[in-house]
Amino acid sequence: MSFSTGFLVKEPGMLSLIQDAGRFGSFNIGLTNGGPIDLQAFQWANRLCANELNATAIEISIGGLALIAQVDTTIAVTGANMSLSINHTNKDLWRSYAIKAGDLIELGFASEGIRSYLAVAGGFTIKESFGSTATVCREGVGGLVGDKLKKDNILPCASQRRKTNLVLPEQFRPRYCNDVVLRTVPSYQQKNFSSFQQRLFYSSDYTVSKSFDRMGYRLTGKKITGDIEGILSEGICQGAIQIPADGQPIVLLNDRQTIGGYPKIGAVISIDIAKLGQLKQGDKVRFEPISMEQAHNCFHLDLSYFNRKKLNVCD
Amino acid sequence: MLKEQGLSMPTISIAGENALIIYFSDEVSDDTSAKIKQVEQLIRQAMKVDLSDDIVDLIPSYASMLVVFNILHTDHHKIRNKLRALLRRLDDNSATDSDVEQSSIIELPVYYSEESGPDLTVIAQRNKLSVEQVIEIHQAKDYHVYAIGFAPGFAYLGEVDERIASPRLSTPRNKVPKGAVAIADKQTAVYPNTSPGGWNIVGLCPVDMFDVTATPIMPIKVGDKVRFKSIDKNEFLSLGGELPEGFGKLS
Repeated sequence: MSFSTGFLVKEPGMLSLIQDAGRFGSFNIGLTNGGPIDLQAFQWANRLCANELNATAIEISIGGLALIAQVDTTIAVTGANMSLSINHTNKDLWRSYAIKAGDLIELGFASEGIRSYLAVAGGFTIKESFGSTATVCREGVGGLVGDKLKKDNILPCASQRRKTNLVLPEQFRPRYCNDVVLRTVPSYQQKNFSSFQQRLFYSSDYTVSKSFDRMGYRLTGKKITGDIEGILSEGICQGAIQIPADGQPIVLLNDRQTIGGYPKIGAVISIDIAKLGQLKQGDKVRFEPISMEQAHNCFHLDLSYFNRKKLNVCD
Repeated sequence: MLKEQGLSMPTISIAGENALIIYFSDEVSDDTSAKIKQVEQLIRQAMKVDLSDDIVDLIPSYASMLVVFNILHTDHHKIRNKLRALLRRLDDNSATDSDVEQSSIIELPVYYSEESGPDLTVIAQRNKLSVEQVIEIHQAKDYHVYAIGFAPGFAYLGEVDERIASPRLSTPRNKVPKGAVAIADKQTAVYPNTSPGGWNIVGLCPVDMFDVTATPIMPIKVGDKVRFKSIDKNEFLSLGGELPEGFGKLS
């Protein structure tokens, strides 16, 4: 008889979720994609552990996760600047560390950004649901049992320590701030918003309200009015910006519903969704319209930059 | 058919960085629903051949279809052209019956009663009908599966006869049981799992609407038709249905 070993959850923190790159191919039966809100920080964590980019890791929102290792392995933490300690000694983010069975890994609370990623060599070995391990709590799908991590959960992984530790040089690390420009492709019902309303939308500052989660970010600011209040429910893509009757935009993220009936003025591009998802109540955003071609250009330049950045070996 | 509605339909619009949306019509109709089902099938066939790396997912709905593509492999110009070519195949009727599977009619058994459908009485009273008439009207027609969303496996079926159409409850229930057959305005649905909900419950269906161990996972898909068939309590229980404790008394 064998028990799975890996990491024991000593403290689950505010919201810690098992995530891979997301669940695709099941939108038609109502399953959303889930996956890491800050895809790039997630991918860095995996690169630092010499993993495949979509290996299963943990997304920690706000902070407070504590794990006890049961195996010898390698870990890395990236993303928001939560303090990391191993056996009560402070450690840097954006680099990998060798871990022995019995080590205590603790994360504090973030002051810049709100989501961090903890990856382990080889990834956590979680059974896939619908082709993915991504946890979507609202659907009860993915992760260990379709829910956030709880005290005493065991997160299985192989015992495989990397020979070398890696670090992302400081100049390449993203900076998380509380003021973000969200580049947006005008789309969907944009024609139902007059050119005046569109100019108002793209020239006003919006503030993140208290309602922000993995489903969406509700913003407050200048009221935007269209000439329709509702539409026949239709498929919603990642980053879509709904304008409900109160005129306050909602940007829809990874755990959004797959269909909905509010008018949408556009959709935020994926690399800026990652920045939005690091914001919290009171932070500011502004929308900037760009063409589909510019959006693709941004995506591919960003990807090229990500691939060109080299990790250094460290002790 | 679509030409009669004006040259502009169907249109292909931008949804987001990696998604286009095809609009088939401005309104819900059986024709539109059938067309969307056909186009979905054509795209899924193409996804097995030349679009396999290009299209990630599809969301068919009432009068539209969202097409999510892989921005690493393709761009919106290429996907647009492919979609236009597929739409033309339907328009000039070169898509034959062998390309397009006909709509299936799926019969779903329902135990309608006051103990399994706590809102039957209210619907009956509001519309000056007997409970028996409400049940009769609900199962008298075949419903189109217009969209799946809201929750995994939740299918929007329509349209319900005006005489039993009912607004959502002013206060949603915290717990609607799995299998609840319910009405909201002119839509009806079977709750695939226990969840909060504000629809009016008229009965319980013992068939699993979202079974991850079954193939297919859902007994219905967008574009199918659903017919409800009344069963009695014994049949309901023998088909594996369960009556939630004290459910009929819930308000």
